[in-house]
Amino acid sequence: MLDKEKDKKKKKHSKSANKTVKVKTHKAPFEFEYSDAPESRDIVKIKERNLLYINGQWQEPSEGSFFPTLNPADGEVLAEVAEASAADVDKAVQAARKAYEGTWSKIPAHERGKYIFRIARILQERAREFAVLETLDNGKPIKESRDVDIPLVASHFFYNAGWADKLDYAFPGHKVTPIGVAAQVIPWNFPLLMAAWKIAPALATGNCVVLKPAETTPLTALLLAEVIEQAGLPPGVVNIVTGAGKTGAALVNHPDVNKVAFTGSTEVGRIIAKAVAKTNKKLTLELGGKSAHIVYEDAAIDQAVEGVVNGIFFNQGHVCCAGSRLLVEESIAKDFVEKLKERMSQIRVGDPLDKNTDVGAINSHRELEKIRGFINEAKEEGWEYFSASATELPGKGFFQKPCFFNDVGSAASIFRQEVFGPVLAISTFRTPQEAISKANDTPYGLAAGVWSEKASKIQKTALGLKAGVIWANTYNKFDPSSPFGGYYESGWGREGGRHGLFPYVEVQ
Amino acid sequence: MSAKEQPVIKTIKLFINGEFPRTESGRSFAVPIHGSEHIYANLCQASRKDLRAAVEAAKEGLKSWSGKTAFNRAQILYRMAEMLEGKKQEAGQILEDVQGLSKKDAEVEVTTAIQVLLYYAGFADKFSQVMASVNPVSGPFHNFTTPEPVGVVGFLADTGFSFWQWMDRLAAILCSGNSVVAVIGAPGAALISLIGEVMATSDVPKGVVNILSGDINELFTPMASHMEVQSICYWGEDQTKISQLHEQATENMKRVVYKYKPQSLESITAFTEFKTIWHPVGV
Repeated sequence: MLDKEKDKKKKKHSKSANKTVKVKTHKAPFEFEYSDAPESRDIVKIKERNLLYINGQWQEPSEGSFFPTLNPADGEVLAEVAEASAADVDKAVQAARKAYEGTWSKIPAHERGKYIFRIARILQERAREFAVLETLDNGKPIKESRDVDIPLVASHFFYNAGWADKLDYAFPGHKVTPIGVAAQVIPWNFPLLMAAWKIAPALATGNCVVLKPAETTPLTALLLAEVIEQAGLPPGVVNIVTGAGKTGAALVNHPDVNKVAFTGSTEVGRIIAKAVAKTNKKLTLELGGKSAHIVYEDAAIDQAVEGVVNGIFFNQGHVCCAGSRLLVEESIAKDFVEKLKERMSQIRVGDPLDKNTDVGAINSHRELEKIRGFINEAKEEGWEYFSASATELPGKGFFQKPCFFNDVGSAASIFRQEVFGPVLAISTFRTPQEAISKANDTPYGLAAGVWSEKASKIQKTALGLKAGVIWANTYNKFDPSSPFGGYYESGWGREGGRHGLFPYVEVQ
Repeated sequence: MSAKEQPVIKTIKLFINGEFPRTESGRSFAVPIHGSEHIYANLCQASRKDLRAAVEAAKEGLKSWSGKTAFNRAQILYRMAEMLEGKKQEAGQILEDVQGLSKKDAEVEVTTAIQVLLYYAGFADKFSQVMASVNPVSGPFHNFTTPEPVGVVGFLADTGFSFWQWMDRLAAILCSGNSVVAVIGAPGAALISLIGEVMATSDVPKGVVNILSGDINELFTPMASHMEVQSICYWGEDQTKISQLHEQATENMKRVVYKYKPQSLESITAFTEFKTIWHPVGV
């Protein structure tokens, strides 16, 4: 299997020019020399100064303050972004209210759908531009923003658009009404994708929104505002206010907001839940995770290695559902970890705009420090450490080599706390029951993976795992039709699919 | 002829883990006969420790109950209705005594309570067909979503008591496989032994249903902040308590349910989580 994959890779890469290919035989790590393959950033024109998108207009921030957003791959400032004050947030909420009452709740549902379809189409047309901008602002590899994020963004709008005039079928036997104004606060790990997850179902169900993107990744959300303009949505239906925690708090706490949706850490989710507790606002939360990846001895091992690598190193591990705990059956643990090492040493860490890059830049210096803090703590605790990449880390920007800690004790913080970076914690088990109970031994319940070639074992394990998304013989797959969300401290509610509509309606 | 025989009066106790213990605290509170100064019964005033014991039992109960087939759960909910039918008279009498209901109104309460058990018995093996979905993802994957029980549910009855409305919530919580720790204050608490007997003879595994009589205000925070309780069903209108509950529930991000629609699909799904499973299609 591994050899087959090697062949495949070899073929793939030998197609490209300027390549010397050295493939060593059996088991030894093979080496390619890669030429640079940078995606051009010319397709994107980044405005130096970015304003707030309120009521269909680009507005100056009332307090006149701006903050920089960096390219994490080189630490350089990409643009200045307006910081929305409480007064700006109030303006945005008022605009959303006016749009909700004046137009959006009045136009026929199929017309509402048309606008959303149009957004999807424009996103597809401008996909490359969005992909490059996402990579610049976030640091994720271009092959992910290009092949995963942006296509999913477009498909989320397309999928939800179709629901607009079919809500009677989504809630058989009930009449549903929109809630009103939705305040949406999203994280920096999938900036535009999270915006789509939030905005698309809200609009389809007839709500108006005020969205606050994360302060380190506001640019694609602002470009989305352009698309929304281009799609001709009535002013105020979607408002985008940029800023940090203070702006988010003003938005979430605004008295005229009817619904709050947040994706981010459990810590902040808790603060929001407390703030909203005294109100009648509806609340959905997509929070943290410490998802387990179970590999049984009867798994297709090479596929499982790929799955584990994808599970934890996809998007630099900045994934709420990252498979950050590997539970591998004791009988295969040694070999499995060796294969994992080998595979990890082929991972290309570097320039996110390079099409060959597997792992890009850590989104911010702060996150990098946080990740290093976890790594240092685990090292001090003495867990077996391994890190590797096929490339040297760039001399500038924020980068972290993929790494793991092996044979980690169940109580270790690296095994319990969300790192949100390319750090895997490995442990073993002997029986399916032990695997399941170890996997469930966390306050989180977002996702889990299970690898086995035995269907009934997969089913039984999937049934026993307490998590909202179970990936069996795969990992980190997303789709607009597939509900996503967690049990326990991983949040409230689902996003995606028919179930993703529930948080945005009142069922009569 | 001999003198009239004295009746044997039932001592009303808590219902925890399939047993009928007194409160460990040794405390009691009196429930009066409605509209009189006479005491109907001295009920156990459950303590925090009783509540913790009940949650422990519910944790164990959850495993067996959620592991049963939906059809089996349906039959056991039906069995509860059968058992309550046999205690119709006793239940009606309690309601007359402690709530001052007319004979007719008490009868309606009890027959409706039986009806709601039937309603959810009939829903136990159907709601997941209504709520589940096979999701047409773009790729070679089989992807489906099914509801699962949320876990241990704390059920606080903080309002004027209605037997059937209480039973509606209990049955809705049980329907998907949750276990429950219920707290009832006076006067409804006078029913807890009767309800416990219905449960104990219905084949529902021990620990699945636990009922405490006591002071809601005292047990409110221990329940709201308990780390092993995954959801709270609050039956009451006290907005301050609802806010507090939401706030305290954030300790472990409990789901708080306070809006409720009797005999409905939503009342079941309010106590469920959705699990989505992906599997590749191919070789």
